[in-house]
Amino acid sequence: MRDLVTIAAFAIAVAVLSSVLRSGVWTTFLMMALYAALLAQAWNLLGGYGGQFSFGHALFFGTGAYVQVLAQTQAGLNAWIALACAVASAAVVGTGVGALSFRYGLRGSYFALVTLAFAEVFRILAVTVGFTGGGVGVMLPLRESAANLQFASRQGAILVVLGFVVAGLLVTAWLRRSRFGAWLQAVRDNEDAARALGVDPLRVKLGAITLSAGFMGAGGAFYVQVFQYLDPNIAFGPATSVESLVAAIVGGIGTLWGPVLGALVLHALAEFTRNLFGDAPGLNMVIYGVVLILIVLFVPRGLSGVGRHVRAAWRPGRAG
Amino acid sequence: MLDVAILLPSFLNGVTTGAVYALIALGLTLIYGVLHIINFAHGAALMVALYAVYFLKNRAGIDPYLALPLVVAAMFALGYGLQRVVINRAGHGKDENILLVTLGLAIVLENLALLFFKSDTRTIETAYTLTTVAVGPATIALTKLVAFAGALAAATVLLWVVHRTDLGRAIRAVAKETQGARLMGIDVEHVYAMSFGIGLACVGAAACFLLPAYYVNPQVGSGFVLVAFTIVVLGGMGSFAGALLGGLLIGIVESLGGLFLGESLGQIGIFAIFIAVLLFRPQGLLGARP
Repeated sequence: MRDLVTIAAFAIAVAVLSSVLRSGVWTTFLMMALYAALLAQAWNLLGGYGGQFSFGHALFFGTGAYVQVLAQTQAGLNAWIALACAVASAAVVGTGVGALSFRYGLRGSYFALVTLAFAEVFRILAVTVGFTGGGVGVMLPLRESAANLQFASRQGAILVVLGFVVAGLLVTAWLRRSRFGAWLQAVRDNEDAARALGVDPLRVKLGAITLSAGFMGAGGAFYVQVFQYLDPNIAFGPATSVESLVAAIVGGIGTLWGPVLGALVLHALAEFTRNLFGDAPGLNMVIYGVVLILIVLFVPRGLSGVGRHVRAAWRPGRAG
Repeated sequence: MLDVAILLPSFLNGVTTGAVYALIALGLTLIYGVLHIINFAHGAALMVALYAVYFLKNRAGIDPYLALPLVVAAMFALGYGLQRVVINRAGHGKDENILLVTLGLAIVLENLALLFFKSDTRTIETAYTLTTVAVGPATIALTKLVAFAGALAAATVLLWVVHRTDLGRAIRAVAKETQGARLMGIDVEHVYAMSFGIGLACVGAAACFLLPAYYVNPQVGSGFVLVAFTIVVLGGMGSFAGALLGGLLIGIVESLGGLFLGESLGQIGIFAIFIAVLLFRPQGLLGARP
């Protein structure tokens, strides 16, 4: 119940913020931070609650993005229907990859590498086959209207991505309370013990990767609607995979607010360094990398762990 | 199509490239075998070494092959220092943290290169760049032949160190049973750092053999690192003989795949093998069952 109240407060606060902000810089910042949060949440569903570290979440991102753009340009579907197709196909790809890798008991580093390889295969295929536009990429024609999921003002886009982030928060909150979530966390903590107690690890992990992939697909679809261009590197390149997992781990995996917090902090850091050192190529990313290492050095349990620690320290009568 | 005159050069090309792949993968598999981490900074380390070779040639006029001891020693020191000062401390004993740190290191190294050297692709000119050698009915670039022989020699040295020296015994002991090794008086942190250093030294040697026939830019490592992962998995994580065999095999697959399927789709053979091995024989071709 407390989770639901904080989620509602968060949603209202961001919605109000989006209508108050006038400067294009800040609305873009808010939109991109929410978008980064969505990707991190998607990764957290599988990596944080399922303990399965994926290195190829771009696979689901790219699937969603390509379905979103091709359903409109090739099949002539409405953007909202395309969105549903994008989420569904990403989820199906997730189930497929999960069925293959979990069936053969891949865990840990092996699972990370197989997801990385699947994303690479899709990237090479997207370059090679014709209907994706190959290496040249595809454009989504500009047709600004809410019915086309393209908005003249940033506020519309912010509300759409906020909707997904809130959905991600609700699913995460559900994972923390539901029977399925308990199974999933049991499998994460000790798969053999969970199996001994009658949990079916394969089914539970499949459920988690399907959910995770679906949200990642939504992120991909959102990306295309906003930037209206897609090529194989954007869709399936390792950058998106890295972005989603870094934000989730920095924020604190297996927590409700960690991915949102991590995405916000990292995005702010990236923007800040870009504004400060924009003219020197690479310098902003050097600082980003250094801060990333420092965070891991000094805040190994993620940023949301710091909040808990500070709260515990301030609570009177609970020393230690 | 299936003519020896076409297949043989492609095959030779694959074997020679594969030997360099194998050397890079040997470093990766050593680090994985001992520290149980996937070193995502491996490609960035290769990039650093390639730049070192490039500047030694262009600024100091040192031939890439003569620069070998220098680059290998420098990369070893870099690896030893990174493991001791950064990776070990940041790890806190958690895999995901070590992984993030190597990822962060890769980001830092690649972008430092971008900052200082810009994104230009650079090559070096040597007297023997265009020299070719006849092997049966095929001709092959001399640089590739030297790379092949050099990579195999470096791999032999590595295997000798691991199997015949006290350091190698300590490395194998830590890889098998860290706690037991510590109780026997082995300085585990030192062995970790030595392994990371040797892993990067392999990359340094690979860079010396690679650059005369290749190029360097800030992103050059990422192409190699995926191939190296494939080889490590193919050979069995932590298996040296497996990495050697896997490297040669992947080199040939890539070369023949490029011949039959074209440059971009040819790469897919590598990943098809990768996924198939992960799914059906995750312990690798020569690895023991976990």
